[in-house]
Amino acid sequence: MTFSGFQLLRNALNGGTGWTPHWRKAEPKPAYDVVIVGGGGHGLATAHYLAKDFGVNNVAVIEKGWIGSGNAGRNTTIIRSNYLLPGNIPFYELGMKLWEGLEQDLNYNAMVSQRGVLNLCHSDAQRDAFARRGNAMRLHGVDAELIDREAVRGMAPYLDFDNARFPIIGGLVQRRGGTARHDAVVWGYARAADKRGVDIIENCEATGLRSEGGKIVGVETTKGFVGANRVGLSVAGNSSRVAALADMRLPIETYALQAFVTESIKPLIDCVVTFGAGHFYISQSDKGSLVFGGDLDPFPSYAQRGSLHVFSDVAENAMAVMPMLGRLRILRSWGGVMDMSMDGSPIIDATPIEGLFFNGGWCYGGFKATPAAGFCFAHLIAKGEPHQAAAPFRLDRFATGRVIDEKGVGATPNLH
Amino acid sequence: MSGFRLADGGLIDRSRPLKFTFDGKAYTGYAGDTLASALLANGVRLFGRSFKYHRPRGVLSAGHEEPNALVELREGARREPNVKATAVELYDGLVARSQNRWPSLAFDAMAVNGLLKPIFSAGFYYKTFMWPASFWEKLYEPVIRRAAGLGRASGVEDPDTYERSNAFCDVLVVGAGPAGLMAALTAARAGADVILCEDQPRVGGQLLSDREFIDGRPAPEWAVSAAAELAALPNVRIMLRTTVTAAFDGCFAALERVSDHYPEPSAFQPRQRFWRIVAKRTILAAGSTERPLAFPDNDRPGIMLSSAVRTYLNRFGVAAGRVAAIYTSTDDGWLTARDFLRAGLTPVVLVDTRASAPAAFADVAKAVPIMLEGAVLGTEGAKGLSAIIVAAGGAQKRFEVDALAVSGGFNPAIQLASHFGGKPSWSENISAFLAGGTAQGVEPAGAAAGVFGLAEIFAEAAAAGAACAAAQGFAAPAPKLPTVAQTSTAGSLAAWRPNPAKDGKIFVDFQHDVTASDVVLAHREGYRSVEHLKRYTTLGMATEQGRTANISALAMMAQLTGRTIPETGVTLARPPVVPLALGAVAGDHRRGAFRPVRETAIHALSSEAGAPFVDVGQWKRPQYFPIPEDADLAATAAREVETVRTRVGVTDVSTLGKIEVLGADAGVFLDRVCATRASAIRPGRCGYFVMLREDGFMMDDGMIARFAPDHFLVYASTAHAASVYRHMLFCRQALWPELDVNLAAVTDGWAQFAIAGPRSPAVVQALVDAPRAITRTVFPPMSAAELTICDGVPARLCALSFSGERAFEVAVPAGYGAALFRRILDVGAAYGIAPYGSEAMGVMRIEKGHPAGSEINGQTTAYDLGLARALSKDKDHIGRVLSARPALNDRKRARLVGLTPLDPNDRLRAGAHVVETGVAPSAASDLGWLSSAAWSPTLRSFIALGFVSGGPDRLGDEVRIFDPVRGGDCAARIVAPCFYDPNGERPRV
Repeated sequence: MTFSGFQLLRNALNGGTGWTPHWRKAEPKPAYDVVIVGGGGHGLATAHYLAKDFGVNNVAVIEKGWIGSGNAGRNTTIIRSNYLLPGNIPFYELGMKLWEGLEQDLNYNAMVSQRGVLNLCHSDAQRDAFARRGNAMRLHGVDAELIDREAVRGMAPYLDFDNARFPIIGGLVQRRGGTARHDAVVWGYARAADKRGVDIIENCEATGLRSEGGKIVGVETTKGFVGANRVGLSVAGNSSRVAALADMRLPIETYALQAFVTESIKPLIDCVVTFGAGHFYISQSDKGSLVFGGDLDPFPSYAQRGSLHVFSDVAENAMAVMPMLGRLRILRSWGGVMDMSMDGSPIIDATPIEGLFFNGGWCYGGFKATPAAGFCFAHLIAKGEPHQAAAPFRLDRFATGRVIDEKGVGATPNLH
Repeated sequence: MSGFRLADGGLIDRSRPLKFTFDGKAYTGYAGDTLASALLANGVRLFGRSFKYHRPRGVLSAGHEEPNALVELREGARREPNVKATAVELYDGLVARSQNRWPSLAFDAMAVNGLLKPIFSAGFYYKTFMWPASFWEKLYEPVIRRAAGLGRASGVEDPDTYERSNAFCDVLVVGAGPAGLMAALTAARAGADVILCEDQPRVGGQLLSDREFIDGRPAPEWAVSAAAELAALPNVRIMLRTTVTAAFDGCFAALERVSDHYPEPSAFQPRQRFWRIVAKRTILAAGSTERPLAFPDNDRPGIMLSSAVRTYLNRFGVAAGRVAAIYTSTDDGWLTARDFLRAGLTPVVLVDTRASAPAAFADVAKAVPIMLEGAVLGTEGAKGLSAIIVAAGGAQKRFEVDALAVSGGFNPAIQLASHFGGKPSWSENISAFLAGGTAQGVEPAGAAAGVFGLAEIFAEAAAAGAACAAAQGFAAPAPKLPTVAQTSTAGSLAAWRPNPAKDGKIFVDFQHDVTASDVVLAHREGYRSVEHLKRYTTLGMATEQGRTANISALAMMAQLTGRTIPETGVTLARPPVVPLALGAVAGDHRRGAFRPVRETAIHALSSEAGAPFVDVGQWKRPQYFPIPEDADLAATAAREVETVRTRVGVTDVSTLGKIEVLGADAGVFLDRVCATRASAIRPGRCGYFVMLREDGFMMDDGMIARFAPDHFLVYASTAHAASVYRHMLFCRQALWPELDVNLAAVTDGWAQFAIAGPRSPAVVQALVDAPRAITRTVFPPMSAAELTICDGVPARLCALSFSGERAFEVAVPAGYGAALFRRILDVGAAYGIAPYGSEAMGVMRIEKGHPAGSEINGQTTAYDLGLARALSKDKDHIGRVLSARPALNDRKRARLVGLTPLDPNDRLRAGAHVVETGVAPSAASDLGWLSSAAWSPTLRSFIALGFVSGGPDRLGDEVRIFDPVRGGDCAARIVAPCFYDPNGERPRV
């Protein structure tokens, strides 16, 4: 069913009885052209673009729990393409353009909201680094503005301009950045992919990757063997564990990242704001909650929970930049499990096993990448060669030295 | 008709009336009241409006599970939205307002949303507002955002202060109800260190709400005497108004509300204190939360949880209404009926969903009309309950009532145990989830363990307390169990009877207006996993965190899918248990105390001299030393540079990292850590070092002084001091523990000054103690010595130059720093000395082409920086292998060069990009960027260091400096990175 004004009206009058499941509860067929392991935003987006843009419709997405149960639903919902390095900008900008047309593409309102992203800077050196980044963005045709302290005050008068430990001297603004409703992104892709014939199979965990003669032939699952000519792994957070099923060791370590929401309040913070003298990012959801986060928990972990010292550190950062938050209350916090790669950038590539493809290593950045990662991964799986925008995200870059280290901290995954 | 204060009874102090206002109207309550109990006592029923449909709402509960009675508390900068009136202690002068309504609480225009309910069902937003695309940000979203949200934040800085504190114990007991008190008594009597945390201002928990008798006395009295015994023990700390709100691996977080029961904190007291508690064992005795029942229009003011009705009756002396009815699927409703009778109010009807009356309540059955296997079919009342329609045995009956007590069973408060990730397990026995497993030494007790009879609670809590003590070697004496009358609140989950015509008015999540029909719709549209249900409908995401909503919705979904409740699933509680103010979690790390401020020894002197400071990491460095003759700060920097270049200047370089490396293997160690050969530095000399990361990129560069064969001092850059030390420690401890070497970071222990300029030797000569001579032959560049200066002050002297002039760095123990700085200025006066700041130092290092933090930014290699030749080829070192990767040695890499504008007055700024001339600037023509730039008073031109693709191969080429974010655009030429004295002759003269 296509969502339209007419359908809304009709169902308002008939008690909603005309609405139908947004995706079928599919059970696995014996074999598919492509099986995507992982029903998160990336996996479902991949299936959608495979079917829509690359003519591959005989596709299954298998998900060990419920779709969107991993990091797709455990993030701070920020979308942006304000990157520094030439290896990153075209990819995230491709994503930004896909975000901009997402609702019309999916016929599902994922509440993509281009409210703007404001990065604050606190020293001359940081302002110059922002200038370098903003200029790089402009050279790639991406919007970027470097603004001074007074312009920052105009955008966000509630910041601490008077007593801050690290004074605010300006900011980098990407007005096209913003937020999206994370769960709706998952559901929208699922519904659109399902409509094009993709089987979405929940509660179906991959337990083995079967290959013969160096070529993938299918996936062992808790619902039996599913044959496939090509298999795409899209299981960020669990990449190392799933890749181990194919005896692959990845340049990835796994860490928990906490995120937080406050109780719902009337509009207070309009755009996304990031604090540059610590590590803190915040926005306000349409429902009214402030959504924010900070640093990784610094030790490797698969537990979807965080530690107190990071919890406290995030609150300190919040108070350092927005002292008005003092009496607002944290309603809920949670931990997502991050694939932290050795250079802080993702991997979208073929693997040594023919027909087995890998998408992961998203570090903090997986949510905003959802459409671009899905599109580029679909391109790779369908055509066997990388999409130009994702061509730098190769597995062999650690051997060649073509690393994409946006933060410049090297092979120290917990510092990216 | 509405609630009222009973003539007597309750645990309030009727001799202490307190005045307060709600929506501007004045009321009076008593000490011991909550805001909710005081308003109910004054006959107020309407407390707020719901989130979406703006339905009138009253009080549902008597605690943190309250979804409806949310208010804005206090005014001005202390205004706090979404405060649960049921959890606010009344104080004199309290000011509260209703929220999320316009223009008034009684008449809320937004209630029109209720009429559009058929459209505004769950998931409505996802299906619409897509046409046309551009209208989302411009029209739809702003309207939605304004309508959403609950209360208003103050929008200004919170004037109150907060503290953080730590506590440790053998046994942490969470909750001082019957279970917590008994467990604490048992563990404490055995000798264990016990911390007992109680959310409320007094101990007793559920005992305060019920008319139980313990050892023949009213239960609250027993609680007081138990607390008195505990308080007298030296190994017990009782923390009232303290909620243990989150469990983390290794510790708990608790919030102590120090001053929330005062109009404002008294002097020197924080508003709240955030505790980190480390406990060897924990007894979770946080009680339980009652569930409402699902029936049409179950949200009207006047409909209240049965146990809450009893709390208001017995603890606060407030009747929820004058004409009450009871609707229950548990024995709890019968308890409430009995207490109503004791208060002289006879409920008009007790409707029980079950088939038979509980035997223990024959007294109630005699006095109150009972309807078994009954159901409430609907309710009436505009802004509060006026009647209920009841069905039993095929008949319908209408009762005019102003209060309805409902009981749908109890959820044990297991949230803290869930924080560890343990999956709750369903108990058919009590129709509720219990804590799964015993995660990290957390033992539930009492109602939190699903035990409801008081005798069993005491027995099991005592056993839990004894077991926790025994596990740590404290033998517990056999507990003396109090004697109690046996009570029970056994009950079952009432089945929901789907009715498409009415489901839209059966509220499941009161605050978010999620109804049974939303659950039906979620099911119909495939959102059947409990997590999908939650996310699609926003169920359980309200400020009461799903306490009253989740199980009802889960039961409905189970019914719709034909599965059991445990098959349908459960959502895990996430921290915190009770919402937690950000200010409290941050504690006193605010404003200037967000991070430590590091000041050098001459901070005060610099400040007196009028120097502005620049933040470098946590350091404050003097940036300029202006004098009245300087036209502006640029002139100051130019004058300071000229002083150094022609006479002598002094600057504070104490922020440089100083790492002592000592031991027989110190040289071996440094040879492995550094890409240069440190062991080749002779004692009494300095040497340049380069340090690479494991991945072959530059980590840092700087100088190493060697004072003795087994004693080196590494001078790391200010920016990288911490990471270099961390890296060196890692190498020593993890990679080569066998080496005989020790490290010590002594950055703050020494004050260090650079004395630079052609006249610097004379100044240094005047400082050092005789007979040391400072001449070109005796103490040439790169010399290092430990010596005394200024008549016996121990010092370190190195002949190092960062400025490009003959220069020295002299270090003394930090306590001598300020005095030495004054002495240098005194003895230097004769040579025309002037202090210079970080700005002039930066200009001179750019003139010399020395890379600094913006060049060694973690993304550049020694090759990029033109330092490849400094790397020793004949030994292994960290980063050697990976620095040889092909892409790291590509000639086309962006590599360090100098740039000068064709017009010397064209301003160059760091962060500008370098692009090809003659073509449109684009990603394809992007060559690199400027990393550092300055006006060079020496060259009378702007100059810059930058990274240009293949730059060193293009010296002399013209390029375009493109800086669109700052409007910069000019032509420049690529030159070698050293602009001044390229052969380095000046330091040697």
